[in-house]
Amino acid sequence: MKSSPVIALVGNPNAGKSSLFNQLTGLRQKTGNFPGVTVDKKSGPWSITDQLTANVVDLPGVYSIYPKSLDEQIVTDILANPAHPDYPDVAVVVVDASNLHRNLLLFTQIADLGVPVILALNMLDVARQQAKDVNAVRLAMQLGVPVVRINARTGEGIEPLKKAVLGQLRKPTLQEKLFFDPGEEAADLIADTKAQYQLGNNYLALQYVIQHDGFTFLNHQQQAGLDAIITKHQFNEPTFQAGETITRYKRIANVVAETVTDQRPADQATWTQKLDRVLLHPVWGYAIFALVLMLIFQAIFAWAQPFMDGIDTGVAWLNGRLKDSLPEGPLTDLLTDGILAGVGGILVFIPQIAFLFLLVALLEESGYMSRVMVIMDRIMRKFGLNGRSVVPLISGVACAVPAIMATRSIGTRRDRLITILVTPLMSCSARLPIYTILIALVVPNQRVLGIFNVQGLALMGLYLLGLVSALLAAYVLKLVLRSKERSFFIMELPTFKLPRWNHVALTVWESVRAFVWEAGRVILAISIVLWVLASYGPGDSMQRAEEQVRQQSQPLDADELANRIASERLEASYAGRFGHFIEPVIRPLGYDWKIGIALISSFAAREVFVGTMSTIYSIGTGDDEGVTIRERLRQERNPQTGDRMYTPALAWSLLIFYVFAMMCMSTLAATQRETKSWKWPMVQLVYMMALAYGAAFVTYHSLS
Amino acid sequence: MSKRSVADLKIGERAVIQSFDNQLMSLKLLEMGCLPGAEVCVSGKAPLGDPICLNVAGYCLAMRKSEAATILIDN
Repeated sequence: MKSSPVIALVGNPNAGKSSLFNQLTGLRQKTGNFPGVTVDKKSGPWSITDQLTANVVDLPGVYSIYPKSLDEQIVTDILANPAHPDYPDVAVVVVDASNLHRNLLLFTQIADLGVPVILALNMLDVARQQAKDVNAVRLAMQLGVPVVRINARTGEGIEPLKKAVLGQLRKPTLQEKLFFDPGEEAADLIADTKAQYQLGNNYLALQYVIQHDGFTFLNHQQQAGLDAIITKHQFNEPTFQAGETITRYKRIANVVAETVTDQRPADQATWTQKLDRVLLHPVWGYAIFALVLMLIFQAIFAWAQPFMDGIDTGVAWLNGRLKDSLPEGPLTDLLTDGILAGVGGILVFIPQIAFLFLLVALLEESGYMSRVMVIMDRIMRKFGLNGRSVVPLISGVACAVPAIMATRSIGTRRDRLITILVTPLMSCSARLPIYTILIALVVPNQRVLGIFNVQGLALMGLYLLGLVSALLAAYVLKLVLRSKERSFFIMELPTFKLPRWNHVALTVWESVRAFVWEAGRVILAISIVLWVLASYGPGDSMQRAEEQVRQQSQPLDADELANRIASERLEASYAGRFGHFIEPVIRPLGYDWKIGIALISSFAAREVFVGTMSTIYSIGTGDDEGVTIRERLRQERNPQTGDRMYTPALAWSLLIFYVFAMMCMSTLAATQRETKSWKWPMVQLVYMMALAYGAAFVTYHSLS
Repeated sequence: MSKRSVADLKIGERAVIQSFDNQLMSLKLLEMGCLPGAEVCVSGKAPLGDPICLNVAGYCLAMRKSEAATILIDN
């Protein structure tokens, strides 16, 4: 027996796999990527005996081993490749006893691949409610594998499961005969493949033939070899695969007839069906969804605010403490103004991300999210998207990085790509500080119609602009990106359930962790680079700038002098030079070199914009920063004309620029990882920047 | 008259699946339990009549009308 065996959990979506995973591993789970692919992997230790701890891997839910989307691909990639580090010593196939017929399809396929399996019969309580009963002993005899009755929600049946796993680890028993043996119908093809690729299992050989294009563990030569075998035997894959599915279901029907007693009364509407009548209703369906959306927005913007303020204060306090206690010098500056300022900019978004994912997880857990996908599919389709694109678009309001990762469940490659490309147009929480400051600068704080605040309306308008532009961009992309692949939307509607709270909590924790880690690393690096660029200049130009200020302005008080010096030094630094260098490009939008630096620096993450502006406009610390920067911007004069610098035209131009601009390295990195190419992040960067530039140009010139 | 498909069913109407007219789509649908000979019942439709919700093999499956149109039924 191996010292640390791998146990894989496999099963249909909603079969209770993740509940079982949580039961087995407690909260000691790790998330990561499957080697070589960017699909979330959950794994964790499971103490089977005092001496033996297994590594449990939770695989994505699938209906069969023929994958329909990227996250499903991973299942076959592991189960068909014994050399994979996650290849299981035992596969526990979790099946929903209330829908045994369909769930057994996947089970028989996995057993046929030659993986030692255990069938975990879950949801017997649901089956019992439907007046169905499954005889586990007969099922085990029929299938020739160990069957264990479990309840993944309560943890019943874990002990028998341990025994069964130990038994399979000590002496693996495999099915004596394949449930479906392709060697009977395609003997020559299978024999050829087995010989050429040294395979022992007929069904695995069939998978090599049918799925070789998708198998990442085969090299080009091996894939070409399989193409040759297909041509040689004139093998028709889809027909054979359809035949396989039908044959399996026929045999499964016999097994089910032997093991399941069904005394269900003729069609009684379940309460899920009753609820669906309201949730999918032409009027109420949309009204309820609109209410849910409003709740999400309310949570992100109102409920999260106190927590964000708290984090902000905490970081500022820590920054102050560090500045006071550490000796003055470049290293302290780097730590406080560079690293802590950058990381603080990330931490402040945790409450919004947490609220968003809390609500999205609740909607998914309860089963409502699939209803949203159904009622939105028709509308989304018009724009080249998919009902499943709804989740990424909603998540994009918090942060585009996890939203882009959420596109993995979209089965059509083109639908998924379009969703990835347009998601960053949704106004993420990082744009909020910019919106807030600039709106406060140009929009009066007044009420209209008694209840609406004009500034609030302007803010909502910017979010709507983001949504509308995402849909329009998707529409254009739909026209540009032609594909022979047919878009599809086939989805099981799960029954409504009460959410599992520990599962919800875990989801929130994982998305926050991923966000802080993924975005944090990039921002950390960029803030260090930026700090260096802003703190150093060529030769002694920075010293000279400082001396010049000291000579010119003798009567200033100490604070003001320090601010002036900081400002002049910044202009003389590498960052300042760069701002001047790009000034001709941004001049048509009404921006000067100072805004230029802020634009460039905010490329790491938009939220850096506000911080850079306060540095550039040399705002001393200590005062309420938000108010001060607004006042400072209001006073800023245009050096050529002497008029106000921040006219409504300029502020709106900046606002519109930030609605569209692709100012986020982390998002580009996410797009690169998810599309596995540099082409798409570049396309995203170019089209969004062009859009931002064009729209800001038009805004500036029509307002000034 | 051309063959009727699941897309032609009204809410609450039942039918038995006979065959498929799109091979690629049939692979996906077969796996979800839409088998020749299986009884289906349209349990609901999304606003604007598309996608539709189908009761098949004891559970609820949502699919677009264009996909439902590839499932031909006995009449």
